[in-house]
Amino acid sequence: MSWNRKHLLDIESLSADEIMTVLDTAKAFKAVGERAIKKVPALRGKTVVNLFIEPSTRTRISFELAQQRLSADIVNFTADASSLKKGETLKDTARNLEALNADFIVIRHSAAGAAHFLARTLNTHVINAGDGSHEHPTQALLDAFTIRERKGKIAGLNVTILGDILFSRVARSNIWALTKLGAKVTLCGPSTLVPRTFEAMGCRVTHDVEEAIRDADIIHLLRIQHERQRKTMFPSIGEYTTLFGLNKARLAKTKPDSLIMHPGPVNRGVEIDSEIADCDRSLILEQVTNGIAVRMAVMFLVNGGKGPQEITGG
Amino acid sequence: MPESTVILNNTGIERALTRIAHEIAERNEVSAEIVLVGIQRGGVSVAERLAKNLSQIWNAPVPCGSLDVNMHRDDLGHRAAPTVHPTLIPFDVTGKTVVLVDDVLFSGRTIRAAMDALTDFGRPKRIQLAVLVDRGHRELPIKADYVGKNQPTSPKEKVRVIVGEPNRADEIILERP
Repeated sequence: MSWNRKHLLDIESLSADEIMTVLDTAKAFKAVGERAIKKVPALRGKTVVNLFIEPSTRTRISFELAQQRLSADIVNFTADASSLKKGETLKDTARNLEALNADFIVIRHSAAGAAHFLARTLNTHVINAGDGSHEHPTQALLDAFTIRERKGKIAGLNVTILGDILFSRVARSNIWALTKLGAKVTLCGPSTLVPRTFEAMGCRVTHDVEEAIRDADIIHLLRIQHERQRKTMFPSIGEYTTLFGLNKARLAKTKPDSLIMHPGPVNRGVEIDSEIADCDRSLILEQVTNGIAVRMAVMFLVNGGKGPQEITGG
Repeated sequence: MPESTVILNNTGIERALTRIAHEIAERNEVSAEIVLVGIQRGGVSVAERLAKNLSQIWNAPVPCGSLDVNMHRDDLGHRAAPTVHPTLIPFDVTGKTVVLVDDVLFSGRTIRAAMDALTDFGRPKRIQLAVLVDRGHRELPIKADYVGKNQPTSPKEKVRVIVGEPNRADEIILERP
C-alpha cells in the first residue's frame, strides 16, 4: 500500500503499486455503497468543485455521487453556464474557484493537459476527469477494478481494446494501467484509428478483428469519437459495423468466458449488437457501479496529508 | 536502540481473554443479544478469540464481525491516507449489545470513530468496549468495560500486540524509543 500524491492527473506516472492501492481501497468503498446508509464522513466539510468544461453525464454523476457518499459539499460548474463562454480563461476561472476556498477541483476539459495545468497553478487537489484525447485516469482505474473483481487478477490476461483508439483518452489510460499491471494488451480497429505507433506503449496492434478477439479474456469496446475527428477516418458507420462491430457470430468465436466492457455511451448497432450489450458476459453496468467506489477511493487517497500512514494504537 | 519488554506473554493473554469472556457473560445474561465486533486491524483476532471463549461458556455460537474505522477518523487530511481494511458485519446490530473489541486503548479516538461507524449499520441496544491493553493518555471521555491489562506508559512508547499471527507466539511488547 502506498499513496503520497496530492492529485490524480494521469495513469502514466503511477506505479503498479499505486494503482493496486486505489483498487484495494475501492474495494472497501464498494462495500459502503451496498449498505443501507451509503455515506461516510471522510470528506465532511470539504468543498469540491466539479469543473466540467466538456459535456459529460455519466462521469459527472459518478463523481457527484462519490463526493456525496464521502459527505463533501459540491459545486457543479458546466461549460454552457460558465463565464468561460464570456471569455474568461481557464486560469482565471480556476483561481476564482480557489478564492472560494475549494479543496478539490475535478476537471473535464477538451484540451490535453488541462488538469496538469491546474495542478501547477493552484493549491487545491486536482483530479483529472478526462482531458482531450490524453487521459481519463478514473475510467482506467474502474475498468481495472472491474476486471480484477470478475477475473480475480489482471496480470497475464489478454485484453483487447477495439475501436477508436487514436482519439480515445480511455484507451490511453487503459493501456497504461493494464500494461503496468501485467496484462497483454491488443489494440484493434481501422488502421486510420489504430496506428502502429501505439506499439511503443507496449501493446500489440492488429487490424483483423477476429484474430484480435480470439484469445481475449476481456474485449473492451470503444465508441467512435466523432466529436474529436476533424475529418472522416473511415468510409461509413455501416462499414465500420461490418468490419469491426461485435456481434453474436464474432463473440461465438472467442473464449467461452471472455467478458465485454464498454465505458459508455454505447452506440447500439454500431460498435456492439444490442443483444450482446445486455448479455450476461457484458460488464457495462458493473463498470458504472464500480466507478463510484473507485472515485470515492481516489478522493479519499488524494485527501491524505503528509505524515505516517499507519496508526499505532488508538 | 529501542528497549522492549514483554508485558504479557502467551499464557497471560490467554488468561486475560478467558477472564474477559467470563466478565462479558456475567454482565450480559441474555447470550442471544451479544455480538462482538473487532476493530481493524489489531482488534479482529482478539475479537475472534473472545467469541470462541464465549461460545464455549454459553454453548452457542457468538456472532463476530470486523469494522474498519478509517473512513470515520477525525485526522484524515492531516496524515497520509490510511490503508482501509474490510468491514464485515454479517448480522443485524439493531437491538443487540455490541461488544467492540480492540487490542490497545490509547487516545480513544479510534473508539469514537468506531461508534460512529457502527451506527451506520443499525441502532445497537448498547455498546460495550473490551480491550486487551489500556495504556492511558485518553483524549476523549471514553472508558473500557473490560480490560485485559492496565499498563501505564509514556506517550512516546509503543505497545505492540501480537495475537493470532501464524508461526508466532502471542505476546504484548512495550517498546521504549
